[in-house]
Amino acid sequence: MDAFLHQVLAGLATGGIYASLALALVMIYQATHLVNFSQGALAMFCTYIAWSMINAGLPYWVAFFLTVAFAFVLGVVIERVVIRPVENSSVLSVVVVFIALLVIFTSVTGWIYTYTIKTFPSPFPKEFLANKFISPHEMGAICVTLVVLSLLYAFFRFTPLGLAMRAAAQNPESSRLVGIRVGWMLALGWGLASAIGAIAGMMVAPIVFLDPNMMGGILLYAFAAALVGGVDSPGGAVFGGFLVGVLENVLGAFVIGNELKLAVALVLIIGVLVVRPSGFFGKVHVTRV
Amino acid sequence: MNRRQLIVLAVLLLAACALPFLVSNYRVFQFTLVMVYSIALLGLNILTGYNGQISLGHGAFYAIGAYCAAILMDKMGVPYWATIPVAGAVCLVAGFLFGLPALRLEGLYLALATFALGVALPQLLKYHHFEKWTGGVQGIVISKPDAPAFLTGMGIPLNQDRWLYFFTLAVALVMFWLGWNLLRGRVGRALVAIRDQHTAAEAMGVNTAIYKSLAFGVSAMYTGVAGALGAIAIQFVAPDSFDIFLSIVFLVGIVIGGLASIPGALYGALFIQFIPNIADDISKAAPWAIFGLFLIGFVYLLPAGVAGGVRMAWARLQRKKQNP
Amino acid sequence: MKFKLVPIAALLAAALASSAALAQKKYDPGASDTEIKIGNTNPYSGPASAYGTIGKTIGSYFKMVNEQGGINGRKITWVSYDDGYSPPKTVEMARKLVEQDEVLFIFQTLGTPSNTAIHKYMNMKKVPQLHVATGATKWDDPKNFPYTMGWQPNYQTEGRIYAAYILKEKPNAKIAILYQNDDYGKDYLKGMKDGLGAKAATMIVKEASYEVTDPTVDSQIVQLQASGADTFFNITTPKFAALAIRKSFDIGWKPLHFLNNVSASVGSVLTPAGLDKSVGLISTQYIKDPLDSQWANDKAVLDWKAFMGKYYPDGDLKDASNIYGYTVAATLHQVLKQAGDNLTRDNIMKQAASMNKFRVETMLPGIAINTSQDDFAPIQSVQLIKFDGKQWVRFGEIMGK
Repeated sequence: MDAFLHQVLAGLATGGIYASLALALVMIYQATHLVNFSQGALAMFCTYIAWSMINAGLPYWVAFFLTVAFAFVLGVVIERVVIRPVENSSVLSVVVVFIALLVIFTSVTGWIYTYTIKTFPSPFPKEFLANKFISPHEMGAICVTLVVLSLLYAFFRFTPLGLAMRAAAQNPESSRLVGIRVGWMLALGWGLASAIGAIAGMMVAPIVFLDPNMMGGILLYAFAAALVGGVDSPGGAVFGGFLVGVLENVLGAFVIGNELKLAVALVLIIGVLVVRPSGFFGKVHVTRV
Repeated sequence: MNRRQLIVLAVLLLAACALPFLVSNYRVFQFTLVMVYSIALLGLNILTGYNGQISLGHGAFYAIGAYCAAILMDKMGVPYWATIPVAGAVCLVAGFLFGLPALRLEGLYLALATFALGVALPQLLKYHHFEKWTGGVQGIVISKPDAPAFLTGMGIPLNQDRWLYFFTLAVALVMFWLGWNLLRGRVGRALVAIRDQHTAAEAMGVNTAIYKSLAFGVSAMYTGVAGALGAIAIQFVAPDSFDIFLSIVFLVGIVIGGLASIPGALYGALFIQFIPNIADDISKAAPWAIFGLFLIGFVYLLPAGVAGGVRMAWARLQRKKQNP
Repeated sequence: MKFKLVPIAALLAAALASSAALAQKKYDPGASDTEIKIGNTNPYSGPASAYGTIGKTIGSYFKMVNEQGGINGRKITWVSYDDGYSPPKTVEMARKLVEQDEVLFIFQTLGTPSNTAIHKYMNMKKVPQLHVATGATKWDDPKNFPYTMGWQPNYQTEGRIYAAYILKEKPNAKIAILYQNDDYGKDYLKGMKDGLGAKAATMIVKEASYEVTDPTVDSQIVQLQASGADTFFNITTPKFAALAIRKSFDIGWKPLHFLNNVSASVGSVLTPAGLDKSVGLISTQYIKDPLDSQWANDKAVLDWKAFMGKYYPDGDLKDASNIYGYTVAATLHQVLKQAGDNLTRDNIMKQAASMNKFRVETMLPGIAINTSQDDFAPIQSVQLIKFDGKQWVRFGEIMGK
């Protein structure tokens, strides 16, 4: 029983990692109705910027907030400069641009910082909710993810800006008619997603070590988490993240063994989606001809 | 096809036949790979370009085809040419079976499911219970075939590379002709109708479920055939050869080449084979960044892919002729 | 008499020398009076990109050699391509190197699957596939593959050494194994199992694998602890080794912990994991670890640091791959020196197979390179080492040959 509990808790810890990146994916989806494949690479790049700042001597929290601001600006710039020209092309063209961004950011980071792994500091003291199963940092990262989730939920639900952003993504034409600057809503969405991604990166790096391919493996699970939970629901994404983390650990340890974990993830994803195509907490969309 | 198109095709065919005798073996090998990729991209285009079902996991079908060929040749002594139809048949079934549950999934969700397939397959190939057949992590080494004796006997200088090139060319011609026939008829129109207006197509009597699953199957079949040819060209299959990046590169190929376009498959294949090498030549420090810039450039300048660009250039030329 | 003899002798000597020189100056494609062209593929991108630094170190080493006058008066041209750790790409790049760039031989191609993909081709083309950067056992097969040779101690031997140690020191051990699910991981696994022999089935209580795409190995470590094992064989590449060491410590699991040599670096692995969490680790080594304080004033390590500072300033001094690359490049340096003016591919292989107790000073004391026509495994001796929180302390005798 102890072993089972241990796996579940370890799963919650890894699940927290997936949830944090899944939040960024959901954010960008809410704003643009697109899933950004380069979200992980952007997050990783921003984390390296934070690393440089900390290495240069800046205190952790100063570097943290400066990085979040930098990430926000970077997201806005990318949307305005890189994505805008292809906004009206087919979805697949935009996907190719995402792939290009992913490849560019990974390659440039590897060139500037080399591929050797680096350590990234954790702001959480050793005594923070200490226990044998989950490290203090992992507890802290889960807390940060939940805080970001609440802020996001409040933003979309209770602020006019959040409403405007959702409207712009769902129905750009009508939104323009009521006076919403759709273009800037998209840019804002990118900025926020990028900022959330940077937070995710800074929470994840102390756990998995910082290297240019850091987010690669996490991205699949974050996708799965976001879709299984419902891609237009931030709460669903976080729930999905924890679910994926726990299932991956428990099934890998007790049911099918580590050698088939990815195959099981595949079957799980298809299974969930076949039964509930919009994910657990997603809204079912009705299309009219 | 009108007369002009036939002439262009004939010229291309002539050039393709002459090529192996004019360039080095290394280039012949590279062009064989181009043809292999073009078959795979045509397959993906049938599914994603013509039928609108996004697949981020076609590398998996390529892998299945490759392993079919390798296992048949290495463990069962089957001659290389017989492995091609078997690989195609296996992938047709596999694709169809995957297409069935995928019927419930749209757009993004389908993309994720196929992405998961692409990620999971290498792990399945490494699974130790299958090791006896798949070679596990070590993979399988196979031998390239020699040109048939009766041809070399006639004095035609056909080494292994050249023979494989012509064999691949023949298979490619057959596959492209099949695809062209399929897509310009009722089936093609049904696929496009499903892509553009799913509900309306259903209302008009198109059996969307069958067409969509069949599209998956046929698309997988093409990619499987390409995988088998690729395995013979490279002479080696291993799980590391078929990671998720391969699937992503295929998707990039059809978008750059031109969605819903048959020549687009060839343009895309040329892109994914040669641009990474060119990027490496341009910058040793960050070649993939250069590749990414190429991608963005192509998408900006040629939003309908190279095929679209060629079409537009041709139309402009026609207009100029009419209005001097 | 003497007066006449000298000019005759001189003439004879000159004639002999020139004919000998003419006879010895033999070139295959890639070699000339002024140049030796060496080919390589390395994963500069993709999942194994951390190892790409080896290719850069070797390139920098030959830049240094060129600046110092080259080898026997010839400059080295280093042509290295990215294969992204993808075997089809390795095949394409190897063909490019051999057929288009016409290199004399290829050197230190990295990765077991990558080298497997070109194994038959290189031997068919009779181009040396020299000192490949992988520890798989299959490269030591001169009868069937006379143009392929490894360099580093092979993985199975290392696994067997740990097995022998366990059988001697802890015969009732309950062993748990974490391994990377690929050729490298399985090779080590086989070595340990072979070394334990009949007792393998009873002694190994749990095996857990991971993929390079996994974000953490937490779940696997928890499984291994839950099995009740008191001995741990850790077959992981650097990033995962650090994760495994840290997690084992954090959950309070304190087994007898064997770490594979691939990840025995103080800088790249033990420091990120936590030096305090790495106390008691046992591994084997054949190269001096640049971050190990016992070599702080060692001349060879200082020379290496100077080399890095001048010729590869972007390179990370903490990364053990960089001293590995330097050492293997120095080995090739010796092979080429021995080849002299006979730069044919066959002679390159012959010289590589004629090394007798050759040492590069960045190797540990007591380790040397030996090769012969039947022995294509240059380094077979390793030293057992134990980490005391600050340094890797050598203990026991040199194992292997």
